Order: sequence, then structure tokens, then C-alpha cells
Amino acid sequence: MDTSADERRILYNQPPNPLRPEIAVTWNATRSDIEIIDLSKVFSSGNETFKAVDHVTVHIPDNEFFTLLGPSGCGKTTLLRLIAGFEQPNSGRITLGGQDLTALPPNRRPINTVFQNYALFPHMSVADNVGFGLRMLGQSRRQIKHTVTEMLALVEMESLAHRRPAQISGGQQQRVALARALAPRPRVLLLDEPLSALDLKLRKTMQSELKRLQAETGITFVFVTHDQQEALTLSDRIAVMHNGKILQIGSPQEIYTHPAERFVADFIGDSNFLTATIVHTHAESATVKLSSGAQITARLPHAMSASIGRTVTVVVRPEHAMLADQGVLQGTLEHALYFGTDTQVQIRLSDGELFTLRRQNTVGQLPLPALGTVVNIAIAEGAAQVVRH
Amino acid sequence: MRPLPLNHPTTLSRWLLSTPALVILLLAASGPLLIVLVYSFLSPGPYGGVVWEFSTEGWFQVFFSRDIFDDSVGPAYAHWSIFWRSVRLALLTTLFAALLGFPTAWFIATRPAGTRELWLFLVTIPFWTNLVIRTFAIQEVIRNQGLINSVLLNIGLINQPIQMLYTDFAILVGMTYVFLPLMVLPLYASMDKLDGRLLEAAYDLYASRMRVLWHIILPLVKPGFIAGSILVFIPAIGAYVTPRILGGGRHLMLGNLIELQFGQGRNWPLGAALALTLLVIVLVALLVYIRLVMRDPEREHG
Amino acid sequence: MARRTFALNRLPGFALIAGITFFLLYLPILTLVVFSFNAEASMSIWGGLSLDWYRAAFTNRTVQEVSLRSLVIAVSAASVATTVATLAALATTRTAAFRGQTLIYALIHQPLMVPEIVTGVALLIFFAMIKVYTGYTGLAYLIAAHSAFCIPFAYLPIRARLQTMDITLERAAADLYATPLQTFRRITLPLLMPGILAGFMLAFVISLDTVVITELVKSAGQDTLATYMLGQMRRAVTPEMYAISTLFLLLSIVAVSVFFLLSRQRVG
Repeated sequence: MDTSADERRILYNQPPNPLRPEIAVTWNATRSDIEIIDLSKVFSSGNETFKAVDHVTVHIPDNEFFTLLGPSGCGKTTLLRLIAGFEQPNSGRITLGGQDLTALPPNRRPINTVFQNYALFPHMSVADNVGFGLRMLGQSRRQIKHTVTEMLALVEMESLAHRRPAQISGGQQQRVALARALAPRPRVLLLDEPLSALDLKLRKTMQSELKRLQAETGITFVFVTHDQQEALTLSDRIAVMHNGKILQIGSPQEIYTHPAERFVADFIGDSNFLTATIVHTHAESATVKLSSGAQITARLPHAMSASIGRTVTVVVRPEHAMLADQGVLQGTLEHALYFGTDTQVQIRLSDGELFTLRRQNTVGQLPLPALGTVVNIAIAEGAAQVVRH
Repeated sequence: MRPLPLNHPTTLSRWLLSTPALVILLLAASGPLLIVLVYSFLSPGPYGGVVWEFSTEGWFQVFFSRDIFDDSVGPAYAHWSIFWRSVRLALLTTLFAALLGFPTAWFIATRPAGTRELWLFLVTIPFWTNLVIRTFAIQEVIRNQGLINSVLLNIGLINQPIQMLYTDFAILVGMTYVFLPLMVLPLYASMDKLDGRLLEAAYDLYASRMRVLWHIILPLVKPGFIAGSILVFIPAIGAYVTPRILGGGRHLMLGNLIELQFGQGRNWPLGAALALTLLVIVLVALLVYIRLVMRDPEREHG
Repeated sequence: MARRTFALNRLPGFALIAGITFFLLYLPILTLVVFSFNAEASMSIWGGLSLDWYRAAFTNRTVQEVSLRSLVIAVSAASVATTVATLAALATTRTAAFRGQTLIYALIHQPLMVPEIVTGVALLIFFAMIKVYTGYTGLAYLIAAHSAFCIPFAYLPIRARLQTMDITLERAAADLYATPLQTFRRITLPLLMPGILAGFMLAFVISLDTVVITELVKSAGQDTLATYMLGQMRRAVTPEMYAISTLFLLLSIVAVSVFFLLSRQRVG
């Protein structure tokens, strides 16, 4: 490939070709941020109802890599399908660049989707798949050919243009699905667990590929995944969903180091949950008393009312705690699990809870005390976080 | 607002799309059944057809007959013997189809994956060829001057042809031949789903081949047996062509008796009542089938 | 597959019975085919290869007439049945349960459940009424009866195909700006085509095969090949009928083979 990334970006951002007028209305908007306002979707079968999306409000600015993260059944895919237009909400609105999309069918939204199983049309060649959207938009044969070549170059698939989807590998299908969704130059690209069908190695490659494409095309990506690692690696911002609600939105660092909810802390990374009592509150933090009697400073989640004397849960990540001569917690060394880069140490606290800490394995390190030894645990400054239930 | 009427049809558009099929079916399949019900309560016309006068005579004649001289009522022996023959032959056909069909289906299910479809296809080919032609072929094999008798006479094993055509046996052979694939296909379908590891587990736990067959395979392919039996029994009990050709007009089954009333019998109300009687037998068989399927805790295998 | 290596699934005598079954299945048919080439009109004497009976069949005006009628009815009925069955399959497949769905299923499958002789006499009575009323006695009755009878056979392969079709393909098309009609024309229909053709082939074969309904519904002089042969069997059997049978056997096998190949084709 001889076109540089910059050149490709310029190609991609050419003004839109003549389109079907009803789509051009929203297409020509200068902004392309998504505003989701109090959106709800209820599924009912028989007498049972299920709130898949429960009064969700969120703003996704232009050019952001936005991830919806959560366990299966949390409503993330439904939210994505509502944005795409495959489902109609029971209440609430979706706007794109300030224009209401809610009533538009999917074929009139300037939003494209990369489906979980790619949904490549099996009876069409790779090139025809990529050109399908353009054809539906009524572009000329010449324009279509031009854009298809460009898109296949973008995902480095030029050589397989005439293959059928069944004749290419999973990773290649993935690239074609991406090219197909990007070809009509959508303002927003929706990605529904697009990497879940790939093996680990390919997934890593495709992750950086996605990041590159987002940077080069400069469009908003809304990415759905249940893989926390993937979400942390790729996203500008992550929204953690549970039971149809968004629990917390923030940058990967924020979500990881300052989880606001117990569920978020539990779902992303490993956590120790300690019961503590509030002794003193500050602007964004509080002094809490642990079961051992020691007092530490812990960050408070945004807008949490924390009255003195209230019992709260404090989260400490295993890598933010260490064995020390003097500490805030005390317990008996129970297990040590060797993981190569680090060792996971499990300590039975005096109140009976199990505390996990992670020790980097470095050369010349002091050996672990023998199992059964009473040890002290120190917690790094600023690492404790109060969470909501 | 319906964004995708073709892919997400509303209830109304579903009905609209189904309408052409339903109109044809109502006019040329289901609707006329109701007229049969009406006709069964009318009086026969002198040259076929009906006279529009209410009468239960048609239904009466299904089961009873009046003596032409003293008008005394007795059972319609001729009809009862035809009912009995129909039920007996249909059950025997089901049995023979199962006896031949089970090993055949097992044989197909244990072929290498690539060739199974071909064997299955070979079983179905005779089924898709014309029923009259197939029955005709059977006739040509078993008639007195037919293949079997010719061969046996030629090699001197017999000196008189064996009378096989125009017997109940001929009808049984013909129906088993004609309906066998209907037993093999559902049996194969349930065998195909059978998890091979279950057999390994049974052998691992010291079961003999026969015990594996009896305790593992048969219970698991039972849904296939039930489905196959109903698929064979229904067309067999209503058979018309096979008994007509191979029974030679003397060994009637229900289907022939019904047809007779609309032809030489010129008793349409009786024919209509007989047709409904046959329909009731079939419905009972279907209900039994549904009961069996519902009760079977392993029905996900079927 | 492990269960192949140790003949775990071998059951004594089963292969033998299967072999006998296959032999018995093909013996009568092969007998017809072989003796259709016999120069002698007897099963006991082989008079050498000859095409005389085919010649006789081809020059027989009645045979030509009934064969043509069979084909006309089969093609018409299969076309009608396939068209309406496709629409019905689109309406009833890949959807959540809806009001009246069971009724539609029951009606579509009714010809499979009700014995042919019952449907036959029902149609005999119904069409007799219409014939008296309108005076029309043409082929339309037979075509209508065959169409209705063939609908479930056309419906089943189309429905099976639809069920294996991924609905996200149509969603993807809509996502890529295709209108519902464009989606149907460019995605649904091409992917469904093998199912539709398979349904047509099956309906065609079933129509050729339908003898009881035809026998009861036909007006005078409307014999199809099946009813003609049924009538002929009352008289003397001639090897000419072997030849006709062999030809129609061939036609059915070709149609069914096409069906088989089409329905084996996977989506994608």
C-alpha cells in the first residue's frame, strides 16, 4: 500500500456524493454527536416484561471511541440496536447532530453497523458487499467502484475483492464488514462485539486496526463488548451497563481506578471490598475507619451523600496493596498463587474476610513469609475508593 | 411507524401475505370438508348426488343394515369387515415398516458423514415416483405371470404359480413398500441426533450390544418411531390405489368403499358419512400421537 | 469421530436387513425398467433388447394426450402453490407468535393430515355443485385441487430455507440504506431462491403423483397419466406401460435430484 494514512483520511473525508435526498437531510448536519435522552425499551412476552434499556441518557460527542461495556443481558446490544434503528424505543429520543432520529427507519439513518457475525451477504462478492450501501444510495457505477477500491485499500483487502465471504477467513470477513460499514461514510459507526468471534491473537491485531481506522476516519465509534480488557484498551470513554441502566461513564483510567459502584468494581478487574465507617468527610474524599480500627482516606463517588458514622464499602485493587512492616490491616497468609509476572497473595483478615494483594515478581526480591505467618497490609495513597451499592 | 414491513411484518400484513394460500386451501381443501358434513345428513339422489332432505340414513348405514324383506336392523357386516381390514392392514403396514425401517435407518445413520445423504436419497427416490407406477411395479413382480412366479417356475421350484395378487397379503406388501420411506426418514432424523458418546458410555459400563440397543438406542429414537408410525398409519388407513390394484376389487379397504358410494353405489350421503368416519379415525390417531409426544420427557430428541 | 473407530454402533444383522430393504425397494422399479426393453411381451421370456414398447408408447395418441395434460397440470399447480407458499412462508417464518398463527399452520398442513380420499370426495361434491351452477367443466378444477394439495409440499422447503437464513443479513441491508423492497429483491429473494426452486420441484412431483384426487375430480376426458394407467390396469397389462412408467420414473428422479441438490445448498 502506498497511500499514507493522511492521504487516506483526506480521501475518506471528501464531501458526500449525491445521495438519496431523504438521507441527505441528516447527512449534511455539521455536527454528528449523538444525544440519547431518557431512552427506554421494554420487551414483553406473554405476561412477562423485561426492561432491556431503562431510562438511559447519554451524550456521545463527535469523533469519540465510545464503548458500552457490560455482562450479557445488560442491555448494551439493545441500546446499540435502538441507535441503529432495528428496534423502536418505548419512550425517549435519539438525536444525531441535533436532529431527531427516533422515527427514522434504519435505512434512513446515516449510521452503519458492523454486526457481531459480520452479516456479509453470502451471495455477493467482497466488492459487491462493500459497494452495497453505495448502490442503495443511488451512486453511479463509477463512483461505487472508486469508493470500493478505496475502502478495500483502507482495510488492506484489495487482493480478495472478487472472493465470496465463505472463501475468506474470519479476520478477513471482519475487515470486509468494516469496509462495508465505512463505505457510505456514515457519521457514526456502531460495532456489536465485532471481535468476539476471532481468536486471541487476531483479536489483538484487529483492536489496533480499529483504533487506527477510528483515528484515520475521524468518525464516532460506538462499540459494544463484554470484554473489559478490550474496552480499557480501545475506548476514549466507557459506559458500564447493568440491568438496562448506565452505572458509570468515564475514561478507562477513571472507571478502573475510581469505580463509583460496587458492580463496576466487581466487573472490571479484581477488587477487595472492605467494610468501613465514615469518620470525617472532605470535598471529594472521606476518612474512613476499617474493621481493624485503622483510618485511611478514600475517594467518594460523585454526588454521594456521606454522613459521618455511615457504613460504606471501600474498594482496594489487589495491586494497590502491599505487604509492609506497618500497615492498616492485619491477617494470616493463607495462599500464594504464582502468575509469572506477579504473585497473588491471599490473606485471611482478622474479621474473617479474605484479602487479595498482588506482588510484582522482581529479581532479588525478598521471599514471601511462610504460609500461616501474620502479616501487615499497607494500602497505597489515594488507592481506596468508596463505592455505591 | 413500521420501518421494515417485509422483514418485520405486522399481524395484518402477515395475514395479507398468507391470504392467497389460505384462499386456495379453503376453496380446494378445507372448506369442502364442511360440505361433506352437510351431505352426510341428506338423502341420496336416484342417479348419484343428493336430494336436499334431512336424513340420518347415511350415518345409520355406516354401521347397520336393514333387511330388504322384513326391515329388521342388523349390523352392516360388510362394512365392519372392511373397517377391520383397513385398521388391521394399516397397523400391520406400520409394524412391517418399523421392522424393516429401523435397521435401514440405523444403517444409513452409521455411514460416514459424506455418504449418509446419498443413502437417504436412495431411500426416498422410490417414494417420489408415481404411486400408480410403484404399485403397478409390485403387481408385475407378484402376479401369476410376474417376476417371482416366472423365476420360480423356470427353475422348477414350483409347477403352479403361487396366488399372491388379489390377497390381503398383496395389499400389505404393497403398502409396506409404498410407505416405508415415511418410517425411515423420521427414524433417521432421531438417530442422527443421537450422541455417540452415550453408546460409548453404555459400553464402558459393561452393556452388551443388545442391551445398548434396548436400553439406550430404542428409548432415544422413540420419538422417531412415534412420528414414523403416524406418518405410515394415516396414508395406510386411507389407502385407495394400493388395495384397488393389488386387492383386485374384492379385498376392499375404507378408501375403496368410500369411492364406491360415489360411483356404482350412488349413495353420496353414505359415502360422505364413511369419509367422515375415516377422518375421525385419523384424528384419533393424531390425538394419540400428540399425547405420546407431549408425554415424552425426551421430546427434544425428536 | 470416535464412534466410527470402534464399530460401537454396529448392531448384528442390521446391515443385512438394510441390504434386503434396499433390494426390495428397487426390485420392482428395476423390473419395470428392464422389461420395458424386452422384445417379448412376457416376464418369463427374454427376447433381447428392443425399443418397440417405447415406439408404441410414443405413437399412442392417448398416451401423448394424458402425458401432456399431466405436465400442464403439474406445472400450473406447482407454480401457483410455490408462489402462494412463498408468501405464506415469509409471513409465518422467523416471527414471534402472532394471533392466528396456529390456524394458518393448521390450514397449510391440512392436506398432509387428511387422507387423500377424503379430500377427494369433498372436492368431488364441491366441484359438482359449481359445475352445475356455472356449467364450466375445464381443467381449472384439477389445477385448483392440485395447487391446494401441493401447497404444504412447496411451503416446507421454503420455510426450512428461511429458517436457516440469518435475519441480520436483512438488517444489514436496511442499515446500508436499502428500502424494504430493495432488501427483499437483493437479499431475501436471491438467498431464498434455492428453497423456492426446491419447493417447486417437490410440488411438481407431488402433482404428477396425485392420483386419488384426480380420479375423483376429473371430468370426462380429463385423464392424467396416473389415472390413465390406473384405468388401464383393469384391462390387459402391456409392456407399453412399462415404457411409459420408465419415462415418468426418469422425470420424477430428475426432478427429485434437482430438489435434493438445491435443498442441500447451504446459505452462504
